[in-house]
Amino acid sequence: MSLLTRETIRSFRRAPMLSALSITTIAFSLFTVGLFGLVAVNMREALRGISTRVQIEAFLLRGTPPETITLASQDIAAFPEVEAVVYVDEDQALQRAQQELVEFKDAYRDLQVNPLPASLQVTLKEEYRDAASAAAVARRIEGFSFVDDVRFGQEWIERLDRLRNLAGFVGLVIGLAFAAVAVVIIGVTIRMTVLQRAREISIMRLVGATDAFIRGPFLLDGALKGLLGGLLAILLSRAAFELFRRNSTTGLHTLLFFEPKHLALGILFGVAIGLGGSLVSVGRHLRNV
Amino acid sequence: MAYPRGGMAVKDLSFRVAKGEFVFLTGHSGAGKSTILKLISADLRPTHGELRVSGFSIGELTAREVPKLRRRLGIVFQDFRLLQDRTAEENVAFALEVTGARPDTIPTRVHRVLTQVGLASRGRAYPTELSGGEQQRVGIARALVNDPPILLADEPTGNLDERSSRGVFQLLRDINAGGTCVVMATHELALVRQTQYRVLEMREGSLVFDSAEERIATEGVS
Ligand SMILES: Nc1ncnc2c1ncn2[C@@H]1O[C@H](COP(=O)(O)OP(=O)(O)O)[C@@H](O)[C@H]1O
Ligand SMILES: [Mg+2]
Repeated sequence: MSLLTRETIRSFRRAPMLSALSITTIAFSLFTVGLFGLVAVNMREALRGISTRVQIEAFLLRGTPPETITLASQDIAAFPEVEAVVYVDEDQALQRAQQELVEFKDAYRDLQVNPLPASLQVTLKEEYRDAASAAAVARRIEGFSFVDDVRFGQEWIERLDRLRNLAGFVGLVIGLAFAAVAVVIIGVTIRMTVLQRAREISIMRLVGATDAFIRGPFLLDGALKGLLGGLLAILLSRAAFELFRRNSTTGLHTLLFFEPKHLALGILFGVAIGLGGSLVSVGRHLRNV
Repeated sequence: MAYPRGGMAVKDLSFRVAKGEFVFLTGHSGAGKSTILKLISADLRPTHGELRVSGFSIGELTAREVPKLRRRLGIVFQDFRLLQDRTAEENVAFALEVTGARPDTIPTRVHRVLTQVGLASRGRAYPTELSGGEQQRVGIARALVNDPPILLADEPTGNLDERSSRGVFQLLRDINAGGTCVVMATHELALVRQTQYRVLEMREGSLVFDSAEERIATEGVS
């Protein structure tokens, strides 16, 4: 076993309470980040669901030849933002209206002439379901001479945009705040360890240990605590997630947990917090020992 | 040399110690003995003047050079400064590990130096299981294990009864006989009088007596 690992294990063994405290504080900090992360992940998923309804409707002038429409559809489908283009002719439009607008069913049935125009229903690729892209595509579609009018529910897409930005922003701010708290806590526990080991450190100095050598075990110690804290946080998050899922009576059966790459990121984050806290604290306090 | 929030702790002094010499540093408590030893080991830096130790200029020493200097010094304290959660062997081995010695050479070197201080059979004991005299021998073994040309001892017998004290002092004399320069701070005049070694006497931070009477213009130890 290398000297570094041996010294690190020694420091764990000598201060089991302090070590446990460090690990649990990292775990709880990351757990809090994790809870917000879960909310963010699920919120994003919900928003993604809603955003499939982002759609541009281009109403066509009566009497447009079918070939022109087919060609234009192909053109529009070739736009980089566009996922699909569906042609809805006048009869289909009427059928849909009768199904969806039950209140007007009778009014529509009594009609002699179909008042509804044919349209192209344009859906956008996932990454383009925002107000700016929708408006840009709508403007291009308006350029076709046989297009009478274009609608894409600009207002609600803008609201969706704002919600998306807000969710991302709040998640980031809260995440960073808790990460900062975790770094400070790690710093404090490392500081306590440094003070507790002041005698040992001064003896190491005395016999000619370099600062790098002295720092090594502290850094490994911090990284290890971060790693364990990260793993513990994942367990806690999973437990909280299961608890919530089992007790939730809402129709949210498709609640999502983190993907493996997010979990890996979380652990890496824990290690970074542990290392960062140790680095700052060891650098500052070693000088005073 | 002045402490940050104190007056001059040691001042107006100049001496030179030769290779392989044994020197007593005497004086009342507070005279500045420990300060001199801390200066030599670069635990403190001189605020004025010049100090050279084994080719290092203490005033200009960079943080990187301090460990290099320390590896050429063995340091022994009144309170032993052993790590309580390590055995005698481990305490001595620590000084080798810390300096990056080859792991396979460590046990033999530790055993050799523990034998030298008369503790070959007590290597597995923890400090609390050892007498004061034995603990100080472990401290000396740790100081010696890197084969330093200079050994600094700050009141090494200060916490020991008379018998252990004599034993530890004899050990330091033997070490000096082997060619190691020993600088020993003490206020026990009984020990000082029993030998013919050079005596540097401090009083209120100044050197007031040098039995060798050889004063050289530069302050220094080499
Ligand atoms: N850390 C310190 N800060 C301020 N003054 C100190 C400090 N250490 C020692 N001194 C002062 O320096 C002087 C010399 O102390 P010291 O070298 O420890 O004496 P000795 O070892 O001979 O008993 C004393 O006056 C003491 O009070
Ligand atoms: Mg003293």
